[in-house]
Amino acid sequence: MKTETLAALQQARTERTAVTLATRLSDAAETLIYLDRADGAMAGDATLVSAARRAMAIGRSETIDFGGQKIFLNVYVPPPRLIIVGAVHIAQTLAPMATMLDFDVTVVDPRGAWATSARFPDVKVIQDWADEAFQALGLDVSTAVVTLTHDPKLDDPALESALKSDAFYIGALGSRKTHAKRKERLAEVGITDEMFARIHGPVGLNIGAKSPAEIAVSILGQIVEVRARRLEALAGPKVVAA
Amino acid sequence: MSDALDVLDQVGKWKNSGKGVAMATVITTWGSSPRPVGSQLGVDESGAMVGSVSGGCIEGAVVKEALAAIADGKPRLLDFGVTVEQAWDVGLACGGKVQVFVEKVS
Repeated sequence: MKTETLAALQQARTERTAVTLATRLSDAAETLIYLDRADGAMAGDATLVSAARRAMAIGRSETIDFGGQKIFLNVYVPPPRLIIVGAVHIAQTLAPMATMLDFDVTVVDPRGAWATSARFPDVKVIQDWADEAFQALGLDVSTAVVTLTHDPKLDDPALESALKSDAFYIGALGSRKTHAKRKERLAEVGITDEMFARIHGPVGLNIGAKSPAEIAVSILGQIVEVRARRLEALAGPKVVAA
Repeated sequence: MSDALDVLDQVGKWKNSGKGVAMATVITTWGSSPRPVGSQLGVDESGAMVGSVSGGCIEGAVVKEALAAIADGKPRLLDFGVTVEQAWDVGLACGGKVQVFVEKVS
């Protein structure tokens, strides 16, 4: 790998840009393929560029046979995001654990005493209402949202806004009873039963979690599962190499 | 912090400090294998490692080849699998096979 290639890969990660590095195994010649351009030895080859973009779409690196040459396509896609609504106690455990799982974590809470960098070192903290923050962040298909405040006036607008986005996972802390009441309130603002069904509530896998750390594990276990199943479905059956 | 980013960052730091560095990447897997295609291991000239290409089963052999790649600048394609002879030497206890591409960062 060339030093310039290494720098380009690091830059793409910083900018949250997807990129594929195509390496010809016979001589280690390199081509960087982005969604809108390609640079390097084989940048002019339309077939290779389109194969690289397909690999990026499903997020799967692979070795391909290409005109008698073996080319390795290494896909570097931006990490998934986790937006935590509510800078509460559970969030203080959930944020670092999610960071360890490669999530790009943002904590959102309009309450100044809660949404502080002192309480949440190493992750982004936004002191604002969730629906406002979501507009600025842009919730895409690689985003997960979890509401933890227990306060309908903070959680409800966040859920309403998340349900209108492409977020791959939406979870809401609260008991079955709380969740049923939440359903009634959100119905009043036009959230149908079908839309509401996207919310994982009570949030997390049922592992008997009690402490904040255990609840964080149950939430992250569920997010990891939902994300993996989604990517599996996108990729189709795994192609077994000969 | 992302796994891949950790490896790239550390490799970049080694390189910037003037060290010889190689990257090893899992490029194909068959059957069960501990690390998916695209997993990377960075190795510096002293044999220090960052990242992984297996659960620890083949790293020793990969580092040896990485040091050779740092010395001669040539890329290498390594095949690992379990054989009776290899099972207690270099190989994957899980029974899978992996192919690893090793190249110098130049």
